[in-house]
Amino acid sequence: MSAPWSAGEEPRLLPVAHSSDVVQVRQLIRTLAQECRLSLVDQTKFITAASELARNTLVYGGGGTVRAGKAEKGGRRGVAAVFADEGPGIPDLELAMTDGWTSGGGLGLGLSGTRRLVDEFDLVTEVGVGTTITIVKWAR
Amino acid sequence: MTERVPILRIGDVLVVSIQFDLEDQTVLNLQEDLAEQIVARSARGVIIDITALEIVDSFVGRMLATIADVSRMLDARTVVVGMRPAVAITLVELGLSLGGVDTALDLEKGLARLRRSAQAADLA
Repeated sequence: MSAPWSAGEEPRLLPVAHSSDVVQVRQLIRTLAQECRLSLVDQTKFITAASELARNTLVYGGGGTVRAGKAEKGGRRGVAAVFADEGPGIPDLELAMTDGWTSGGGLGLGLSGTRRLVDEFDLVTEVGVGTTITIVKWAR
Repeated sequence: MTERVPILRIGDVLVVSIQFDLEDQTVLNLQEDLAEQIVARSARGVIIDITALEIVDSFVGRMLATIADVSRMLDARTVVVGMRPAVAITLVELGLSLGGVDTALDLEKGLARLRRSAQAADLA
């Protein structure tokens, strides 16, 4: 899935190379979620999901980038974010999506918890090439 | 240098009010600082005020659970106060319901909770 960016809106690009970048990602996503008029609970869920994925990008992916912006599809508006790294990739995707599973280090709650916080979740990974995760939350 | 969260003391209770979005390293520092301060100041209770936090992700959630466990081993009780409703909903949906962490709605109720558990311990 390519992210359903709104026409005429250029998504913002942020690096994820240091733990302070995770804070920047949260702030950017918060601003976008507010601009897209997500409800308070939906804002909280989406920022939290972005925080989890940004940390994954940093810790497991060895750093990468986040693109985030307003999204639009079939008359719905929302916010989208794409987390990309050129890390080791995920060898066993089914295992990685198992509830509560985490590959050690005690970080993250696995991807399944994060997936529950968003409306759309798309993961593309290849061993030795990297991982790209796209998430979208629609305004109700 | 990473920022550090100040730890205040009221009687034998340590109070931490998290006022800004924490970097992971700051979260880890707080964990260590609190463990040290519990022993150095013979604290019987710890209150962590998260009223200002708009989100609590799994990293911060785990920090809260770890502080609760560590303080228990050091003979102190931890109460997390001020969690926002949207944060509670998000944490549960994420799969982190913080079963071992005591909570109260605000600082006053948190202090009352610690007083009650101290009295119960004295009677026992």
